[in-house]
Formats: sequence, structure tokens, C-alpha cells
Amino acid sequence: MIELENVAYSYGGGELLSDISLKLAPGSFHFLTGPSGAGKTTLMKLCYGALLPTAGHVRLFGADVRGLGRDDIAVVRRRVGVVHQDVQFLDHLSVAENVALPLSVSGRHEEAAGGDLGELMSWVGLTNHVNALPPELSGGERQRAALARAVIMSPDVVLADEPTGNVDWDMSQRLLRLLIELNKMGKTVLIATHDLGLIRATKAHVQARVLRIANRKIQLAGADL
Amino acid sequence: MRLSLGSIRAVFTGDKEADKVVPPSGFTAQLTLFAAAAMAFLAVFALALSLAAGRLAQSWGEELARSATIRIVAPLDQRQVQTDGALRILETTRGVASARALTDAEQQALLAPWFGPDLALSDLPVPRLIEVTETAEGIDAAGLRLRLAAEVPGAVLDDHARWRAPLVKAASRLRLLGWVAIVLITAAVAAMITLAAQAALAANGQVIRVLRLVGATDDYIATAFVRRFTLRALGGAGVGMVLGMLTVLLLPSAGDAGNFLTGLGFQGWHWVLPLLIPVLAGAVAFAATGAAARRTLQELT
Ligand SMILES: Nc1ncnc2c1ncn2[C@@H]1O[C@H](COP(=O)(O)OP(=O)(O)OP(=O)(O)O)[C@@H](O)[C@H]1O
Ligand SMILES: [Mg+2]
Repeated sequence: MIELENVAYSYGGGELLSDISLKLAPGSFHFLTGPSGAGKTTLMKLCYGALLPTAGHVRLFGADVRGLGRDDIAVVRRRVGVVHQDVQFLDHLSVAENVALPLSVSGRHEEAAGGDLGELMSWVGLTNHVNALPPELSGGERQRAALARAVIMSPDVVLADEPTGNVDWDMSQRLLRLLIELNKMGKTVLIATHDLGLIRATKAHVQARVLRIANRKIQLAGADL
Repeated sequence: MRLSLGSIRAVFTGDKEADKVVPPSGFTAQLTLFAAAAMAFLAVFALALSLAAGRLAQSWGEELARSATIRIVAPLDQRQVQTDGALRILETTRGVASARALTDAEQQALLAPWFGPDLALSDLPVPRLIEVTETAEGIDAAGLRLRLAAEVPGAVLDDHARWRAPLVKAASRLRLLGWVAIVLITAAVAAMITLAAQAALAANGQVIRVLRLVGATDDYIATAFVRRFTLRALGGAGVGMVLGMLTVLLLPSAGDAGNFLTGLGFQGWHWVLPLLIPVLAGAVAFAATGAAARRTLQELT
């Protein structure tokens, strides 16, 4: 699915990440942790082609990102659902239209209006906010809407950057269950989080690996969690 | 956004969903419409000016080049003799298609604007005019002058070149000026649309980023903007063109004198030309917005 090989990245100063090798196999479930500023978001961006590695190779669905054109990147993003750390919406469209946006931009309008949308909205507990505008949502509601938008295309891979940063424990458990459910359907999942409790709770349901960024490298965290 | 049949078709068929992704922009939209309309209005006049100047240059250049005038300035009693003498010379001159002395009645009509209709021409030593029509090859003015000087002392040849040349030049300049104005107007439309599109793209930075992140292609995003600005330019220029043409239609006609001055306006199939102005404005907007969108999108991953 997504493969990083000896990847390094620098925003211009020193290297933020170096010699990172990582393989997200189909159906795998990974957590990504590390101190704030370690480069979790950066690593995620490398995984959906928003950044190009300064060294090494990133392969998305078998193709080197450097060889992908802009339209190819767009197509890759339809197969990778992303929940961004700084969630952004089209603020003039309703929450429902925003959640269905990936369908609209890929020409699948009929599905955008379909019943799956309603089901998904109730999954993330936003049934009462379907017609609200994004600026009217709370932080947690925005994250739930973002998660719904990330999975509506039924992507092969779901990348979630701090998806539970602003929600209470119950809601975070619910979102997690949604992600576990998707994983059981064969989707690859990668979640960046600080929340060790969340990781522990997940491990009870699914075999999850924990990756840790420290000193610019990525390590597989031990079973001590 | 590549220039292709598909991208042009997308402007007209449109995609209601794709339209919605860019928030509506009431006031700037109206400014764009207004500017396009004003430019098209001006373009109609520049076009009318060019075409009228072109007609003027052509008629002065061609029709007058084929004619010359001989004035017989002689005392009354010799006037007829000298006129006949000049006509005889003209009969044997190369390049003369026909020559004919104007009648008293015709000369009277020519002078009437200055002296009134009651002038008794036969009693006055008014020069007799001979109208010479030249063949395509033209006459040798210098040679003819020499022959006339020898046999008809009162004959003065005027081949019109003296006053015609600067007029033709002026008319040609006027026509060039009209075309330059059209080019400038087109460039101004391109600049105005580029500014408006750039402003819209900048104001919608978040929209474009979000669309890009959820998997929209550059073409999809660009079309949403290109469509708006192309249709606005097309619509605004259409209104401006119609108003411009109505104004040209309502310009007071120059009447008889108009035959000579060829009034500002369109003649015959030239009426079709202003219809191209909105098309040109639309094409310019299509290209300008496409280029602006491409520039903005290139900065995004
Ligand atoms: N566009 C950028 N230009 C320059 N430096 C950047 C840019 N984005 C991030 N950085 C720097 O890179 C480092 C890693 O940022 P990143 O967002 O990947 O961290 P993170 O692990 O996601 O942190 P957090 O847990 O706080 O979200 C930070 O020091 C940050 O200042
Ligand atoms: Mg981060």
C-alpha cells in the first residue's frame, strides 16, 4: 500500500526525519507516537503525497511519488482517507455536503446524496448537524465530520492525525471503534496520537503496532505500553 | 487547466456541484460584469471607427485616384474654344478612359452651396471644369501638363494627388488607431479578468486546499473558477456590445454628405463583426483565468 524506503525529510534546516523505512501492508493497523514536534504530521504528509521526501523513496500503491503527476496524486488521495490535524472544510457548504465532498469531486454525485451518507453521519453522531455550517461545529464535532469525510470514499488506507484530540473519552472510543471496524473490513489504518490510553484500549480489539518517532528515526515500540 | 474541447465544453455544460464548491461572490462578480460590458461598449466604437476609416481610405485611395480635373481659366469668349482644345488633347492621351466638360447646370449645383441657387453662371468668368476618368494604368500627369501648356494656356490639371495623399494617410492612421484601441481594450480585459481571478483564487485559498486534499484534480478546481469568469465576461461583454450597437444605430445619419464622409457605423456584413466581441472577451477570460488558476495550483501539493 504505502511504503517508505530510507526516507529523509527536511523543511530546509537540519533533517527532521532520516533513514525512515516503513511498510503499511494491506489490512494493518498502526499507531504513530512521539513527542510534539517529532515529525508525526510530516510523516503523514509524506504518506499522501503532500510532501516529497528529500532523500529515499516513497511508494504509494506501488508507484514512486516522484513519478506521479498532479492528477495521479489526486487519484491517490481518493484511495487514502485523511483526517488532518488542522481540519479544514468548505465553510459555505453544509456539514453533509462537506462530508460528501470527496464523492462530488470524483464525479460520484448520486452516491453523495445516497443513504450511506445518513448512516455515516449517525455513526459519527452528527445527525443533528447535517445542515449546519462547519464554523458552527465544536472542535470535537469538526473532527468527527473530518473522519466521516475521510472514510466516505471507502478508501484503502485511512490516515488519521490526532483524530481524538478534542473529543471526550466516550466519543474517542466510538471513533476508534469506527476505525477498528474499517480495519476489519480490510482497510489499512495509521493513527498519530499522544493518547496512550487510546492505544491500550485499541490493542484489546485489534492487533495494532505502535511506531515511535524519536531522534529523527522510527522505532517499533515495545510491548510495555 | 489545459485548453481542450473538453475544458471549453465544461464551461458551458457546467457541473452544478462543481459550481457550488466556490463560494458566491456578489459584489466582485458585478464589477467584473460591469467592466466587461464597458470594455465591449468601447470596443464597438473602436471597431466602427476602424471600419469607417478603412472605407474612407479606400474610397479616397481608389475612386479619386481614378479621376482628375482640368480647370479652364479663360475669358468668357475663349472658354469654349479652350475647352474643346483640352478635350481633343485628352482624346489622344494615354490613360484617359473618358473626359467630359461639366455643364452649366452641374457647375451651378457645385457652386450653389456657396453662392445660392440664383447665380447666373453664363455671365461670369467661372472656370469650366473637365472631369477626367482614368484607366487602371493612369495618366502621366507631367506629360499631359506640358501638352496642355503648349496648346491650351488656360488649362490647369489637378490630379487630386496633392490633397488626396494626406487624406488617405490620415484615414489609414485613423484605422490603425482603431485597431490599436481594440488590441488595448482586449489587453485591458485580460488584465482586469486576471486581477479579478487572482483575487478570487487568493480569497478562496482554503477552498482550493481542501479540494486538493480530498482528491479534486487541478482541472476540476480550475474549471470552477474559469467557468465563472468566462461566463461573466461573455455576459457582460454581450450586454455592452448590444448597447454599443444600439448607440451606433441611433447615431444621427450624415445624410447626403455621408456618402463622402461615410459616417461612423457598420455597413453590410460588417454588422456581424461586433458579435465577435463577446466571444473574444469570453476567450480572453477563459485563457486569463486558466493561467491564473494554473499558477495558484502549482504552488499547492
Ligand atoms: N511547513 C513547515 N516549514 C518548516 N518547518 C515545519 C513545517 N511544518 C512543520 N515544521 C517543523 O517540523 C517539525 C515537526 O512538525 P510536525 O508537525 O511533523 O510535528 P508533530 O510530530 O506532528 O507534532 P504535534 O504532535 O505537535 O502535532 C516541527 O518542529 C515544526 O516546527
Ligand atoms: Mg502533528
